[in-house]
Amino acid sequence: MSLPLISVEGLGKKYRIQHQQNGARYLALRDVIAQKLAAPFRRRPGGEVPASEDFWALREVSFEVGEGDVLGIIGRNGAGKSTLLKILSRITEPTEGRAVLRGRAASLLEVGTGFHPELTGRDNIFLNGSILGMSRVEITRKFDEIVEFAGTGQFLDTPVKRYSSGMYVRLAFAVAAHLDPEILIIDEVLAVGDAEFQRKCLGKMGDVARSGRTVLFVSHHLATVENLCRTAVLLDRGRVTASGPAHDVIAAYASDPTSRRGSERLLDRVDRQGNGAVRFAAVTLRAGDGRKIDALTAGAAAIFEIAFQNTAAVAQRSLHVSIGINNALGQRVTTWSTSYVGGDLPATPAGDFVLQVRLPKVALIPGSYTYNLFATVKSDTADWLIPGGGFDVEPGDFYGSGQLPGTRDAAFISEHAFTVVS
Amino acid sequence: MQLVIEPGLASANYWRDLWSYRELMAFLTWRDLAVRYKQTAIGIAWAILRPALTMMVFVLFRRLVGIERGAVPDVLLVLAAVLPWQFFSNALSDASMSLINNTNLISKVYFPRLIVPIATVATAFVDFLITLALLAVIMAWIGFGPSWTLIALPLYAALAVGLSTGLGLLLAALNVKYRDFRYVVPFIVQVGLFISPIAFASTNMPSRWRPLYSLNPLVGIIDGFRWSILGGRTPIDPNFLFTSVAITLASIVIGVWYFRRVERGFADVI
Repeated sequence: MSLPLISVEGLGKKYRIQHQQNGARYLALRDVIAQKLAAPFRRRPGGEVPASEDFWALREVSFEVGEGDVLGIIGRNGAGKSTLLKILSRITEPTEGRAVLRGRAASLLEVGTGFHPELTGRDNIFLNGSILGMSRVEITRKFDEIVEFAGTGQFLDTPVKRYSSGMYVRLAFAVAAHLDPEILIIDEVLAVGDAEFQRKCLGKMGDVARSGRTVLFVSHHLATVENLCRTAVLLDRGRVTASGPAHDVIAAYASDPTSRRGSERLLDRVDRQGNGAVRFAAVTLRAGDGRKIDALTAGAAAIFEIAFQNTAAVAQRSLHVSIGINNALGQRVTTWSTSYVGGDLPATPAGDFVLQVRLPKVALIPGSYTYNLFATVKSDTADWLIPGGGFDVEPGDFYGSGQLPGTRDAAFISEHAFTVVS
Repeated sequence: MQLVIEPGLASANYWRDLWSYRELMAFLTWRDLAVRYKQTAIGIAWAILRPALTMMVFVLFRRLVGIERGAVPDVLLVLAAVLPWQFFSNALSDASMSLINNTNLISKVYFPRLIVPIATVATAFVDFLITLALLAVIMAWIGFGPSWTLIALPLYAALAVGLSTGLGLLLAALNVKYRDFRYVVPFIVQVGLFISPIAFASTNMPSRWRPLYSLNPLVGIIDGFRWSILGGRTPIDPNFLFTSVAITLASIVIGVWYFRRVERGFADVI
């Protein structure tokens, strides 16, 4: 038996998180000088928060990928997927462990890397190809093929800044798709382009895999992973929590309580974005009559209750909240948002407060769901959790007929009626 | 082909990698040139216009202060100094900003990072060659022929390239971590213009100031350019030349050493 094309053994990556009060992203020289000067006078022990803290983005990650395998890497945001890809594509170094790649590897962490808007399509094919590691001879040889795949032939000598975003992405993916490496590392590239082009990309990736090359594929999109990958690895907080056949790993992810529930302690979460003017503190599910429940029921009334921490301690005006609902495959099925149902919320109280989303009739088909929580104050992102948690929907009598569509027939339930008119 | 990724191992094949990525360097240089001249209305003419205007300002300055005219026309005397100076200042400013300007590349793809600042120096060097052609045209027009001293020009050009590369690498790497250097470099360039012998000759400097003056590595380089282009009609001071060479070598060693040391962390902090 031949050696695996990729072997990863005990890989780990440690980041040092700076605790900064002023929120500056970059180290200023004055801070360094001030710290160095103050160091002898600072008393070590005693409740002060340390200036920095270690954070393991990845720890003891091991797996192997054989020739012609397509491995999916899944996990929620902040699980370490991107860090893993960055290490494997040599953009950043691991802190411990090792990885061996037996073959030429090309990574596609973002389509169109290095595209320059002022340059023409032709120029950018050469520039981008060279950045991705192709030689000039190689690009010249595949040039026609790339142009044909992208379908942008007539705009070859137009600066790409005049391209539509669809054309731009098509051209970028076309270059990347013709890399012909033995190992292809891909991060979320399929989240772009129209449906037809996505199918083309999937087809190309299938070709790559069938021709005996190895693909490492990271995605939030569980349906795509299930479609494309034979095996998968599930990452959670930097560690591998499941690996094996893609179907089983996805099932493990979908049913993993930490990927869904645990909404009780939302305030402890560190993988959040936003300025923190308000923060999601807890989510409670209630039935239409206000009684606490564990799961929603299709067709029944329900209340999705969100407790907020109001860090500014003043009344918040112009607060907007969106709750994106994803099914077990990670597909967005619906979004509940203040922007859709109209109007600003009334000003909140000055302290912590609770917001209720009333659902007169739950229109989700039975299954597991996760939700993303997003809030803005005065158009600035205040808090953003992906995902904020999860819930189950249990079968219920939506239509009053005792019947419900299953997952095969529907992604959601819609109210409808049949009438014979002639 | 087998690639092993381990902590601290990135350096193992570094120089071989750098060589295999030489085409990328050429592409980045070409990109910078193409973009610059596509965005501006009069394009490539800027490469000539800038030194020409600078030269005129300095010639005017010499007239105003009443510096005596010598055997060599003022135009050539000044231009022979403006060209290396402008190359150095462009190369240094662009190289020091190069990593920050290419953040998207550095955080998305692997390649030896040395390529980025070196490519900007190469871009500045192409501009320099264009201005050199301008100089040749003016010399032909005035009827001032070069002499055998011209063979030393590549050596002085190499010194200028070495100095701007060494300092550029150091400043580019520092800039990633400490954004303060964004303000330091324009300052260096501005002060450098006044303390380099462009409007005047270094020999105008009183002899007791010379040791201090020689600490400016550009003095030896600019003097050398003048000497070589103007057929040995201007003096060169071996002391200036010696310190220029020493500082250039030191800056390359320090620049490459520091760059290599912090390079592997670029993607994490940029």
